[in-house]
Amino acid sequence: MAFLEVRNLHVEVEDKKILNGLTLSVEKGQVAAIMGPNGSGKSTLAYVLAGKDNYKVAEGDVLLNGESILEMPPDERAARGIFLAFQYPVEVPGVATMTFLRTALNAQRKTRGEPEVSTPEFMKLVRDTAAHLGISQDMLRRAVNVGFSGGEKKRNEILQMAVLQPQLAVLDETDSGLDIDALKIVADGVNRLRSPKRSMVVITHYQRLLNYIVPDVVHVLADGRVVKSGGKELALELEAKGYAQFQGEAA
Amino acid sequence: MKADVRAIKTPAEQALSAAFAAALSEMPGRGPIGSLREEAFRCFDASGLPHRRIEEWKYTDLRTLMREAKPLAGPVKSKGSVPSLPGVEATRVAIVNGRYEPGWSDLTSTDPGIALSELFTFLEDQTTYRDGEIPGKDDTAFWLNTAFMTGGVVLRVKREARDKRPIHLAHVFVGDAGAAMYPRSIVIVEPGAQLTLIESFAGPADVDYQVNSALELVIGEGAQVDHIRIGHDGNSALRISTLGVSVGTKAIYRDFVLTVGGGLVRNQTFTRFGGEHTEATIGGATLIKGRQHVDNTLVIEHTAGGCTSRERFRSVLDGESHGVFQGKIVVGPHAQKTDAKMASHALLLSDEAEADNKPELEIFADDVQCGHGATAGALDGALKFYLMSRGIPETQAEALLIQAFIGEAIEDVADERIRDALMGEAISWLEARA
Repeated sequence: MAFLEVRNLHVEVEDKKILNGLTLSVEKGQVAAIMGPNGSGKSTLAYVLAGKDNYKVAEGDVLLNGESILEMPPDERAARGIFLAFQYPVEVPGVATMTFLRTALNAQRKTRGEPEVSTPEFMKLVRDTAAHLGISQDMLRRAVNVGFSGGEKKRNEILQMAVLQPQLAVLDETDSGLDIDALKIVADGVNRLRSPKRSMVVITHYQRLLNYIVPDVVHVLADGRVVKSGGKELALELEAKGYAQFQGEAA
Repeated sequence: MKADVRAIKTPAEQALSAAFAAALSEMPGRGPIGSLREEAFRCFDASGLPHRRIEEWKYTDLRTLMREAKPLAGPVKSKGSVPSLPGVEATRVAIVNGRYEPGWSDLTSTDPGIALSELFTFLEDQTTYRDGEIPGKDDTAFWLNTAFMTGGVVLRVKREARDKRPIHLAHVFVGDAGAAMYPRSIVIVEPGAQLTLIESFAGPADVDYQVNSALELVIGEGAQVDHIRIGHDGNSALRISTLGVSVGTKAIYRDFVLTVGGGLVRNQTFTRFGGEHTEATIGGATLIKGRQHVDNTLVIEHTAGGCTSRERFRSVLDGESHGVFQGKIVVGPHAQKTDAKMASHALLLSDEAEADNKPELEIFADDVQCGHGATAGALDGALKFYLMSRGIPETQAEALLIQAFIGEAIEDVADERIRDALMGEAISWLEARA
């Protein structure tokens, strides 16, 4: 069985059906790209995996490592290794980035029955990762994402991912709002975390990101389900032909 | 036809009248103090307890909320000590059951720049104390305090004295049955002096004691005062605290009031910026639950020009609690170049909690910068999800967000140790909630 199994998932948001029998498998160590037009359900999939409320699962299941996660609150999913890099990371006034990272890491470790991380170990991990991502010490001292630019917020997401070391990372349009230099830094940060033990779901609208984060497989989402799967060359084909060929097909 | 403006006396009003008549001859203070009491009681008697049709008391209807008047508290017989703020070394001045208790205080380390006397000793001898200087005298609660004054201290910080050690005016009630106390203290900070003044109020849980306290604070030219007030009264206590402040030219005044305890608490503050170029930060944080009712009411008067004031209040309301914020900034015709900004934010943690925010501006000068804002709302679901998606459990995520919310008010407190102690109070409140 694959590490992540999404089976015939039907999801409604405020009585509107968004996912329509979505089925998807992501193997351990695999990087799967999810592409699709606006409104195809890409972000909904990301939120459902992370456990956001107001998303009503009408049918189907999501298994992580063979276990259904749909009844678990977001924090428990995180402790089991799911990480969502937000498309629009929120600002958290009054909570310093360092405090936030340490609280999150220790909460996950506690849930998993592991001891708290030592201060020097934690500081080293954060500093080293921050340096690679071009995140200054000043940013680490500031409140989470407050006053950060769009690019800084995205880098901060990758920093959190590096510190929390998830088993399944879901990147929701991590490329949106980034210029080419910022995109390279972020992609480099993601590639550094590629590992045979870690699966990734890279959600993107454009093929551009996939030049930097090269996927093992590409799935095309339209009208709330996977309509086509293929290798990385599928992304190039989409870039050339557009999504029009898939739209309306699933309905 | 005009309605009768004076309703029938409530049981509490009747009890206050009876108590005043019975106690007048025995209450402390010789000479002019007796007539001061009588005059104040007449003023009170003419208006009675304030109610919801009195605008200043609209959200704290004392006539309804104060069902009875407790007998005056007796002096304590035992010796004890008053609580201190964790991590903060301060000189404690104990006001126990409404009276100054030297035996409970630690004045040994008091700087020679500070003079302390008992309230009545001061009032009997003092002929130069100008009563009219301080705002807030024309108020029902203050009249009652004057009528019943049970004791207190007068603290004078001498010209240019700059002792860094805070003075902690600690009010406690010791007793197992409801009683009333009316402490009054006067703090005079002479020109160029510096003072950190901590005021605290505490008492036993589940005892319905009543406190009506008043503090008059005179801040001289170029003086600096950091004033921190902490209310952790018992959950059945009723406390009304009146603070009148007169801020002199080029003085710096920072006031912060934290309220976590008490059944019904009203902190009413009357501050007048009568000298030019003063700077003031007036802030507060309230964390309440159950059926607690906490009212922070401010009247800020700018009568001289070039003064800056910032008012920042935050409240966290859980259960069926009721938080009130009323802030009025009055800018007089001569107070040109006034820069005054007020904000009040309430965080509602339950559907039953209620927040009433009423900011007001009255501006009679034409060259000023004034503004106000008020919000009330629940915890942001998007923020909570963000924290939880990183593995932080729900209660911990909420606590972190509430702490951050309150922290933004507490960060205005200049002294780091006091700031930490206040944050500690907030954290204890959150831990008790979890």
